[in-house]
Amino acid sequence: MSEQKIIPIGPYHPLQEEPELFKLYCEGEIVRDIKWETGYNHRGIEKLSESKSFDQSFFLVERICGICSTSHPFAFANAMEEIAEVDIPDRAKYIRSIVGELERIHSHLLWVGLAGHFLGYDTVFMWAWKYREPVLDLFEMISGNRNSYAMFKIGGVRRDIQSDKLPKIRGTMKFLKKKTDLLTGAVMDDPVIHARTKGVGILTREDILEYAAVGPTARASGVDIDVRRDDPHAAYGMVDWKVITSTEGDVFAKAKVRLLEMFESIKIIEQCCDGLEKLKEGDIETVVKNVPAGMGTGHYEAPRGEVFHFVKTIGTNSPARHKIRAPSYVNIATFKKACVGQTISDATISLAAVDPCYCCTERMAVAYDYGSGKKILSASELIKQSQKRTDYIKRNI
Amino acid sequence: MTRAEFIEKIKSEFAEHILGTDYLRANRVTVNVNPGFILDIAKFLHQKIRFRFIIASAYHTKAGFEILYHFSDDSNGNIYNIHVLLPHEKPEIQSLAQFLVAADWIEREMHELFGITFLNHPNPGKLISEGNWAEGVYPYRKDFN
Repeated sequence: MSEQKIIPIGPYHPLQEEPELFKLYCEGEIVRDIKWETGYNHRGIEKLSESKSFDQSFFLVERICGICSTSHPFAFANAMEEIAEVDIPDRAKYIRSIVGELERIHSHLLWVGLAGHFLGYDTVFMWAWKYREPVLDLFEMISGNRNSYAMFKIGGVRRDIQSDKLPKIRGTMKFLKKKTDLLTGAVMDDPVIHARTKGVGILTREDILEYAAVGPTARASGVDIDVRRDDPHAAYGMVDWKVITSTEGDVFAKAKVRLLEMFESIKIIEQCCDGLEKLKEGDIETVVKNVPAGMGTGHYEAPRGEVFHFVKTIGTNSPARHKIRAPSYVNIATFKKACVGQTISDATISLAAVDPCYCCTERMAVAYDYGSGKKILSASELIKQSQKRTDYIKRNI
Repeated sequence: MTRAEFIEKIKSEFAEHILGTDYLRANRVTVNVNPGFILDIAKFLHQKIRFRFIIASAYHTKAGFEILYHFSDDSNGNIYNIHVLLPHEKPEIQSLAQFLVAADWIEREMHELFGITFLNHPNPGKLISEGNWAEGVYPYRKDFN
């Protein structure tokens, strides 16, 4: 048996909710096994939530993840509203869906950009991040913040979207539709991207069911699940849209699902704008004075998959237990299936495809050969290796 | 499968081991089961009727340690919470990770935070407190005295 070298990825990923250390066990170029260590940045948010009031908990859960800063409050609000048995006004439903879908667009654009960068396609990276800016501008207009929007509360939303803001949202959606088309064409029709991503990091339908993976990772392998459709809440049951799936399960399929999902998000936002216009004005919240003892489960389809919150209350103004499960918690475990048997240069994009919040790769630690203590690869060298491979394919295709 | 059909089915399969059922709002159900049969019940849910395992939530109350195993029926969005109660003195239960990879991490996490022992866990190492937490101290336990 040839000697196995360990290439660590991690442990600190400040942009991810779960900083982790991945150890790739490699024989030459081939990854033979992957192991991980977690808990580097366990913040005890579940415990912290028990010491906060329900209103404060919204701000707390918003800070679990910077990119999904609407998804966690969304799921938490669903759980709390189940306990309090309240229905929210239509206006709040539309506003919630608009904010949720804008977040999906900016998160997917961020992922497409990073995936492009890992493959050595910095044009895709520049484009995707450039077109993400107008989405953040919309957030600033709607909520006052480019990130951590503080829009949610039990029974509704904190801020209204007045009619005078709708034309700007519509205009940006029109612009984004054109640009997403451009981006989708650039990614889907490029023979080099096909060569780098097709047949790479395949997850089968059975793998997904075994690991209970969620989100675009599951949908790209033909597992047709989406909480927004399966358990309709907010405005998702009131608008026309469809769930995007693919059956190949490779990196290309995951990219395709994400790119096409952006068009659906744009469709949802446009219909929600119509809905808001029709309503003209109205309440944006149902006032909840008291949250009774009970328990509630809430979930929401975040850009990376289902976010799940379980809350137990005992009649006080703070949760007695608050369990949170982010989508990466189940998706990361599929690395084992996606990476083993791949080359190191493909492992980078396979990992990026499973967990879109992979900006963290930028923070990769220096790799050592554990035996001799000699430096093997640094973070940028690992990315460079992946980019070199694309160059090679480009020249030879 | 509707909630009533599910309850009928699980009752006919496990009879006296189903200790109670509770309809929550909209499409949620809690089923209280005998902890000794959790492995069979979870196998039935995951392998036979193909529900998706979402996660498990543990909490500590005066009655003991309680675990809710959350399963989702993705065909209609119903969530089934399978509830077990474990005694204060000896919180032990069979590990679902024996057949369900998705339960691996959460069971290790529950062990570290609550001190619940998962029997026959295939991979019982520490998940979140490796090397930086005292042995036998469980941060999410509560003091009811």
